[in-house]
Order: sequence, then structure tokens, then C-alpha cells
Amino acid sequence: MALKAWRNPPSAFQAGAKVAIFLMSLVPLALLMQKGLADALGANPIEKITRTTGWWALCFLMITLAVTPLRTLSGWPWLGRFRRMLGLFAFFYGSLHFLTYFVIDQFFDWMAIGKDIVKRPYITVGFTAFVLLIPLAVTSTDGMIRRLGGRTWRRLHRLVYIIAGAGVIHFWWLVKKDVSQPTLFAAALVGLLGLRMVFAARARTRGAAIAERSRGE
Amino acid sequence: MLIKKASDIAPSEITPSKLFHDRRRLLQLTAGATALAFLPQGFAAGQKFGELKKGAFVLDEKLTPYDSVTGYNNFYEFGTDKEDPAKNGGTLRTRPWTVVVDGAVGKPKTFAIEDILKMAPLEERIYRMRCVEAWSMVIPWVGFPLAELLKRVEPTGNARYVEFTTLLDPGQMPGQRGSVLEWPYREGLRLDEAMHPLTLLTVGLYGEVLPNQNGAPIRIVVPWKYGFKSAKSIVHIRLTETQPVTTWNEAGPKEYGFYSNVNPAVDHPRWSQAKERRIGEFLKRPTLPFNGYADQVAQLYAGMDLERYF
Repeated sequence: MALKAWRNPPSAFQAGAKVAIFLMSLVPLALLMQKGLADALGANPIEKITRTTGWWALCFLMITLAVTPLRTLSGWPWLGRFRRMLGLFAFFYGSLHFLTYFVIDQFFDWMAIGKDIVKRPYITVGFTAFVLLIPLAVTSTDGMIRRLGGRTWRRLHRLVYIIAGAGVIHFWWLVKKDVSQPTLFAAALVGLLGLRMVFAARARTRGAAIAERSRGE
Repeated sequence: MLIKKASDIAPSEITPSKLFHDRRRLLQLTAGATALAFLPQGFAAGQKFGELKKGAFVLDEKLTPYDSVTGYNNFYEFGTDKEDPAKNGGTLRTRPWTVVVDGAVGKPKTFAIEDILKMAPLEERIYRMRCVEAWSMVIPWVGFPLAELLKRVEPTGNARYVEFTTLLDPGQMPGQRGSVLEWPYREGLRLDEAMHPLTLLTVGLYGEVLPNQNGAPIRIVVPWKYGFKSAKSIVHIRLTETQPVTTWNEAGPKEYGFYSNVNPAVDHPRWSQAKERRIGEFLKRPTLPFNGYADQVAQLYAGMDLERYF
């Protein structure tokens, strides 16, 4: 099968792919900056920047969550090597999104920001998602994984499911009426979580079968 | 001799509806072009009006640039993105156009747009426009008070409200093919609000014929209310005894009230209305009660609990 041939491509290819993904991940920011310099962000540039960075933060969350199921489906273990970088890009765009709101939109209006976080459920949820991303970004280094130990680290990083859910709810609650985009993200998230459940169930039955067989021997 | 019955028309001989409509469209175009040739007044979007009467309400604030006024719009009939109406508005045909005015009136009438344009002297009015989404503009509209039109149909003593209905035609308004709102778009005012001199029956902006994305060929502008109250591309004005059902109120009764007067003290359930971003400005500015028109309109709501009737 063609897929099998890709199971272990040369390391130079893998390194090249990583650089390519890194550069591609910067394209949304580059486009935004180019439009900003060309004064082409429309009548309400602040809104445009907030929306665009938020959209990409959510997008990178979904891409990050897609890595593991893709790895399982394709049988290409090396895909997992991009997961950390993609997750950090979700944090990167999430930070830009938050800073746009904080610095440009509200212009350090602490009172208004505080009120927003307490009173506006969509901001409460969005802010929570951003805050929860911080420990994941901080513990993304090899050193931190070692220090925490694989199990604790994995348990901590399960927060990403809550973050992604909160991100989708944040988007859903903020749109005025047209929920078509949030619906797409929600569907993607449900799909990705569904795949994980299918894989987990399959692993469990396979595990049980192996146990059965070894008992029989 | 075989005599064919009239009903025996082969299906192949029936003009396909598309051709039929195209032909109708061609005739409309021809008629439109002919009318255009004979009328001095502006017809096509972008065409300049002649001499305009100096309006009674002219705000001394910096105008929002033309490109923003015509490129950043909420007009879901053409899509939900702000850029959609300018992109998709081209399919709207604004001639011929009639407005039915009926209901609780002595003299119901169907007005051709040409007659409305000649009904009263057109004036330029510079109004603030405050969107419920907490952004605002300053726009030089062209029109005349809605009261001029309403007087001509003689509202009866029973008339208490006015309902405005936007054109329903998914062929011309692609946004209506989706179900993001209940079509057609309906808005309403109390009769005294509709008769108020600030309420403008609007046919233009920046001295020229209203671009399609701004509600051509005819809309209202109610400057002390959130923008969605100002119905666009109106085909029907009905005077009623009871409060009409309005589209946004129907879509979100807790979020969009029938009155929807601009009020910094009453927040939208999901965001603050205390401040607004004037398009083109960086820092937000405080929102004014009744969008700065309190002197003219606050008495309409004397004794009313504005938090309840938001």
C-alpha cells in the first residue's frame, strides 16, 4: 500500500516538512500585516484583526487535535512530531487575539475588561480558554515533559479538549445570528473527539482480546 | 378536419420560466432606460441628485468616509459579512419599484418610486448612525420626513403603529436563500415615532442615489434607534392598531426589543452599549442616550421604563 511507503520517510524530508509547516503557519499573520500596511482591513480594522486572529487560533486548535487521529489513520507515526509546533501556533494566534482585544480594542480599560470577563459569558469562556492555554504552552518543552513525567504531562494536556470546547462556545456565543461558522468548528471538534473515542474503544477490545488469548495459552 | 383544442399546447412550446423572466427583465430594463432618459432626477445608484434643500438637522461632526458608509453594512439579505452587501447588492433591481401603503388609513395607495421622489423637496441631513453592535458612523442622508408620505394616506384614528416590510425575492437578494432570519425583513415604529420630524424617508446619501447595499431605492432612517430599526428596500408600509412583529425581536426577544432606542445604560445581554467605536477612530467614545437626539425625542418616552421597553 502506498500509505505504508510513507511510514518512515527520510529525516531530511521530515525536517523540511516541519520548516514548511512553520512557514505556512505564519501566512495568516503575514497576510493580515500586509493588509494592515496596505490599509486594506476594511472600515473596522480592529474588528477585522480580532476576528482573524481568533479564527486562526481556533483553526490551529482543531489542526492540532487532528494530528493524533491522522497519525493513527495513516499509520505515519512521524506526523506526531508536528503536534507541539501546531499547538504552539494555536497559543500564538490566541495570544494575538487576546492582546488585540486587550490593547487595541479596549486600550487597557481595566474596568471595562474586568466587567466584560465577569458579565459577558462569551468573554468569560474565551478568556478561560486563553488562560488554560498558558500552562500547556509553558510545559511544552522536552525539559518540562521530563520534569513532570509522561503521565502527569499527558493528564495536564488533556486540558486541550476543554480549551477547544470553550473556544467553540466563545465563537458560538459571540455571533449575532449567523452561526454557520461556529457550527463548522463544532462539527470538526465533535468529529475529532468522536474519532478518539472510536480508537480508544478499539484499543480496549484489542487489549481484551490479547489478554484473553494469553490466558488461553 | 382536425381542430386542435386550445389547451393542447405541447410542453415544449411553453416558454421556459427563465426565458419568460429574462424577457420581462429586458422589458423592465428598456422601460427603466427610457424613464432614465426623460427624468432629470437621479435614478441609478451613484447618480447625483440636483439641488438639495438644506436639511433641518445637520450634525457638525466629521463625516464617515463614503467608502466605509457603502462598504461596511449589515444587510443580511445580501449576506451576513459586512462586505457582502457591497459585493452582492448588484442583483437588486430598483426600477420599477412601488411601495404599497395601506392598513388603518383613509386613502390606501401604491406609490411608484418616481412619485415618491417628487412628493416633497429632498433635503440633506447629517445623522449619527449607531449600530447595535457598538459601532457608529456619521452619514449625510438624502430624503424627506416620513410624515410627508404618511399624511397623504390619512391614517385613521385607530392607527397606532407602522410596519415596514423589505422586498422578498431570493432571486435578487441571495441572503434570503438562507434562513438566518425570518424573511421578509419587518420593522416597526409607533405612529408618533414614525411621524417625528427626525424620521427620514431616505433615497440617497452623500448627495447621490442610495447604493443598493444601503437599502435602495427607499429606506427609512431613525437616528435615535439602533440601526436595524431603519428598514431598507421597503415595498410595504402598513399602519396597524397593534404592535407589529419585527424581525430581530422575533429572532432574539431578549436581545432586540421593539423600541431599541440607543441607550448606554441598557446593555445588550452579550455586550456593553456604554461605548461605541466610531468607524475610522481608534479609541471608543461614550454612547449618548437616544444617540444624542434626547432633546428631540426623549419626551416621546416620558414615564416609560426604558429598561423594560428596551
